[in-house]
Amino acid sequence: MDKSQLEQVDDTLWRIPPKGKMRVPVLIFADEALIDEMDDKVAEQAANVTTLPGIVGACYVMPDAHWGYGFPIGGVAAFDPKLGGVISAGGVGFDISCGVRTLETGLRREHIEPIRKTLAEALISAVPVGVGSQGQIRLDDKEMVAMLSGGAQWAVERGWGRQEDLERIEENGRMAGADPSQVSKKARERQRREMGTLGSGNHYLEIQEVEQIYDLEVAGVFGLHQGDIVVTIHCGSRGLGHQIGTEFLKKMQKAAKEAGIDLPDRELACAPLDSPVGKSYLGAMRAGINCALANREIITHLMRQVFSHFFPEADLRLIYDVSHNTCKQEIHQIEGQRREVFVHRKGATRAFGPGHPAIPEVFRKVGQPVIIGGSMGTASYILVGTAEGEKKSLSSACHGAGRRLSRRQAHRTWQGQRIITDLERQGVIVRSPSYRGVAEEAPGAYKDVDAVVQAADRAGLARLVARLRPLVCIKG
Amino acid sequence: MSRGRWEHFEHKADIGVRGFGATPAEAFAQAALALTAVVTDPSSVVPREKVEFDLDRDDDGDLELLFVDFLNAIVYEMAVRKMLYSRFEVRIEAQKLHAVLWGEPVDRERHQPAVEVKGATYTELEVSEIRPGEWLAQCVLDV
Repeated sequence: MDKSQLEQVDDTLWRIPPKGKMRVPVLIFADEALIDEMDDKVAEQAANVTTLPGIVGACYVMPDAHWGYGFPIGGVAAFDPKLGGVISAGGVGFDISCGVRTLETGLRREHIEPIRKTLAEALISAVPVGVGSQGQIRLDDKEMVAMLSGGAQWAVERGWGRQEDLERIEENGRMAGADPSQVSKKARERQRREMGTLGSGNHYLEIQEVEQIYDLEVAGVFGLHQGDIVVTIHCGSRGLGHQIGTEFLKKMQKAAKEAGIDLPDRELACAPLDSPVGKSYLGAMRAGINCALANREIITHLMRQVFSHFFPEADLRLIYDVSHNTCKQEIHQIEGQRREVFVHRKGATRAFGPGHPAIPEVFRKVGQPVIIGGSMGTASYILVGTAEGEKKSLSSACHGAGRRLSRRQAHRTWQGQRIITDLERQGVIVRSPSYRGVAEEAPGAYKDVDAVVQAADRAGLARLVARLRPLVCIKG
Repeated sequence: MSRGRWEHFEHKADIGVRGFGATPAEAFAQAALALTAVVTDPSSVVPREKVEFDLDRDDDGDLELLFVDFLNAIVYEMAVRKMLYSRFEVRIEAQKLHAVLWGEPVDRERHQPAVEVKGATYTELEVSEIRPGEWLAQCVLDV
């Protein structure tokens, strides 16, 4: 990124002051090396976001940001309905409530090691992954509505999950205010056979080892100990979310025009929060969040069945489930004023600090777990929300590594089979239905996740707690 | 289909599809082939089953909006039917777009599908006559 347009505030904060139609500044959290690597488009897109009506505070950009659609991936922006604020389908993304959850298994490396390959094969047979896969569950119209309003709570009621999981999921596993009637027939049709499927692209299920602990006390509260085996699942709202995103992106083109909003980029299409389209999207998007929460809960259930077959004694307990493509109604202190705002986090994780009422009692003293997924074969991290994050970034942190090379470049550079062999030599077993998919997700196609989390930690967005090393990766 | 061809173009996280043809309809059909090529090698997809759809045009004559609608309709037909397509015929009329797709159900062994397409976006969206008698249709896909 061209640094001449930026004011450096400190080691890990850069500012673009408001100019032209910008209503608020852009704040980028990154160290100098990450800024150098960051696309110029990120600054341009973040500046575009600040021109939208009702934006408050700033457009906050996370250390893993890259060029997205309208909003940069890794962009956070809050809108106040009292100031004519808007909601944007592009500001949430196509994969509504895409997110990550981590479970502790109570197992150690020596338990997993002798049967690692068998376990990988069993997981890829049990969890539908990749293009063209479908789940065992088929939802009729009534169940579809129940799922869209019930989220993970619905899954647990149907026997796919455990009651105690729910308090370890944002929104207690059920997003309030979902309106299934705003979800189109087409969106439902795309989801009918996709419950409990992982999807493709960067989505995965991984068995990981806690390799390093940075904060013993917080790790203890989260239930993490060095050498523990954990399982992490990364996926979202599947076809339903994608279809909602597609449809509202179109509806909001018209809605923005009608509201007289001057869009610097079509992809920034939005609607006033209090308009019919704005309300309709909010209801549909929240139903999409429930779909993602239900989906991750069902995958967890399938995965637990595999583990109980090999390890009847193992008790897989959910540590936490976080989403990184959302718009949530929250209360924040912005420029000294208490405001009820709609916070878009696109490729950014909510990171509430100690004492926040929205986080489970068990984490209240330390802050919420912030789970950062690595790319295939690289480390993942668990961080914890901070008190100062509220002021710095509306309690938001990064979400992953972010791509360095396009899929096309990756496809040309690597061979899937070779990557699998190389990773196996490094101690990571990868299983996927597609070699080409593996090549496109090659570890080298992603930015250095270590640098991203270090920057988030130094910037105070969230603090490092533990580093997780992959042992088995099931890839879509 | 003499001048019809397609290609991919770079976008950081995702991929762009671009079709060329003598008419907008032909450029659309070529871009659809580029969409299939994001998932798999189109030559591996046997065009043995036929799927048809009509799109009512609500784009006020804006071919770019129609192009995004068209690609999204194909994404939908891929997703709900679990199929891939390798032959496309497109007819654009004043009130509607008519499309015929030929393909087959996904065979994971043979097609090695790399990634699911979530949707077509308005990013790098363009439909234009780049020189007399040659049309281009392009946009970035979210995968």
